[in-house]
Amino acid sequence: MWEYTDKVREHFLNPKNVGEIPDADAVGEVGSLACGDALKLYLKLDEQKERIVDAKFQTFGCASAIASSSALTEMLKGKTLDEALNISNQEIAEFLGGLPEEKMHCSVMGQEALEVAIAKYRGGPVPGHEHVQPEMAGEVVCKCFGITDEFLKKVIRENKLHTAEQVTHFTKAGGGCGGCVPQINALIAEVMGEQPKEEQKKPGKLSNLRKMQLIQEILENEVRPLLWADGGDLELIDIAGSTVQIAFRKACAGCVSSGYTAKFVEQKLRDAVADDIRVEEVEG
Amino acid sequence: MKEIYADNNATTRVDEAVFEEMRPYFCELYGNPSSMHFFGGQVQRKINEARNRTAALLGAHPEEIIFNACGTEGNNTAIRSALEAFPERRHIITTRVEHPAVLTPCRNLAKKGYRVTELSVDGEGRLSLDELRAAVDEDTAIVSIMYANNETGVVFPIEEIGAIVKEKGALFHTDAVQAVGKIPLNMAESTVDMLSLSGHKLHASKGVGALYVRKGVPFRPFMVGGHQERSRRAGTENTAGIIALGKACELAGQYLEDENSRVRAMRDRLEAEILRLIPNVRVNGGAAQRLPNTCSVAFEYVEGEAILLLMSEKGICASSGSACTSGSLEPSHVLRAMGVPFTCAHGSIRFSLSRYTTDQDIDTIIREIVPIIQHLRELSPFGREFLAKG
Repeated sequence: MWEYTDKVREHFLNPKNVGEIPDADAVGEVGSLACGDALKLYLKLDEQKERIVDAKFQTFGCASAIASSSALTEMLKGKTLDEALNISNQEIAEFLGGLPEEKMHCSVMGQEALEVAIAKYRGGPVPGHEHVQPEMAGEVVCKCFGITDEFLKKVIRENKLHTAEQVTHFTKAGGGCGGCVPQINALIAEVMGEQPKEEQKKPGKLSNLRKMQLIQEILENEVRPLLWADGGDLELIDIAGSTVQIAFRKACAGCVSSGYTAKFVEQKLRDAVADDIRVEEVEG
Repeated sequence: MKEIYADNNATTRVDEAVFEEMRPYFCELYGNPSSMHFFGGQVQRKINEARNRTAALLGAHPEEIIFNACGTEGNNTAIRSALEAFPERRHIITTRVEHPAVLTPCRNLAKKGYRVTELSVDGEGRLSLDELRAAVDEDTAIVSIMYANNETGVVFPIEEIGAIVKEKGALFHTDAVQAVGKIPLNMAESTVDMLSLSGHKLHASKGVGALYVRKGVPFRPFMVGGHQERSRRAGTENTAGIIALGKACELAGQYLEDENSRVRAMRDRLEAEILRLIPNVRVNGGAAQRLPNTCSVAFEYVEGEAILLLMSEKGICASSGSACTSGSLEPSHVLRAMGVPFTCAHGSIRFSLSRYTTDQDIDTIIREIVPIIQHLRELSPFGREFLAKG
């Protein structure tokens, strides 16, 4: 049984703002019957068309999908459209006192519907979300649920996700046939690679011994724990000058995306140790 | 809150008589049945009695019963044993609707180079015997096909399947965890070589099960390192559990008639009333032969977890083939294999009754489920549009 908070229970058992707004200014619809959850969000604006005066929803889905929708409509009332756009899926989850990680995609769905509603109202391009004309933004990664790379990168970045399993919990991507999991891992590596560099202070000139120590530390403390989370692992085989030889273990061994993982390791070491480091994958 | 328990395919209440039977074997008669002294010996005699009782329910010989820990162990053991006994045969046949305790070992073996055929089912969950006939060959070591499906209750034609399997000399195992105690079995006149059963599905305690292995069928133990169960399942016996299972089997034999008359009638009434009172509902596997206690209903345009939690608020315990309850995102592999339309695969609920279910329970379920479905459909963006069309 899921451990739901009292707040989730309350919004599930007695959801607020259920229904349609016949003369709504903005309507956003995401999800589908096939996917197992869907949300239709209605927004009514004040006369100046600035603030949201009413929000209603219709949801097909599990308890946390219904509770997230109810929470979102409560949060929206009285906000300007720009303020509304700033609501993140984490805030929806926080409003509910937290959601089980496996259910975070329900909060993401709420935020998606909101973005779609406002984008349609403003007449701009509709963000590339699940089931919303995916070709409009990015390429479809998860074919089972129709989820694009742009959308995945956004969720990975905003929620600081670092395993494919987490991405599935937050977006459902990879939760069907699982065929796109290597691509999801690549996207995670890509997003991690784009973290601001200035955060990490790179040491100046290093002695060879210190460099080797540092490489080992980074691999032990920062790289391997990430791989473990996905059931993988690596072993440091040798360090020769700037070339670091690693061998992949467990789930990483023979994984189709191990090339991406090697790139990710290389980036990590370059950021933390020296720019000229090259990571080589070896059998061993 | 008094629970209305309609989830007996998940687990069952331990029968009071079963509990009384096992109770002394914890603090008083705690001897090891392997010991030489009288204190262990009296436990050994009680285990023999349990073996006789279990064999009697199956129409088997006592020495064909191997006690173990659970249905999962029986399934894993049977499949491995067959492959070890016929190392030259590299093919396994099972079905797409098996319990994970069979499907997962088979899929793992496929990764190790075995050829695995998963037979499909039709929209009512029925197997095609022609497909089986075409699949089985001289390379087939074992065919493992469940007796009855845990989600839909659909019963497979086990003896016809066995006859086809025998033509090619393969072994035939059946996961009968859901069938034992619900349908009469007679191994004396059966084509089954091995059969798994689980104690907690028939009012014994959790943590005990049995594997039936027909006399003369080659067997390779899974657990080794002791002479227990005539060296076919090493490890000190779960004495209280085994004694519970024996008693539960004896009682199951006595209740078989009740299961197939009174319990079946309650199930049929529940189903008929749901279909009468709620539009856009279908019974999964409704046209197939089914277990008397199981009813899987699909409610269109609503999601299973929401139904279960709202029922749970009213004290009603059931389960669902819904993705959202299991942490996975796709509807159950059984419903998908059956091609249940996507409009209702997410809203399938399983009610499974037992001899403890009462007519009042059924009344309550019928009374509560109608407004729950109506409420969720009113919440749903699809409910009204689609229902209006219908």
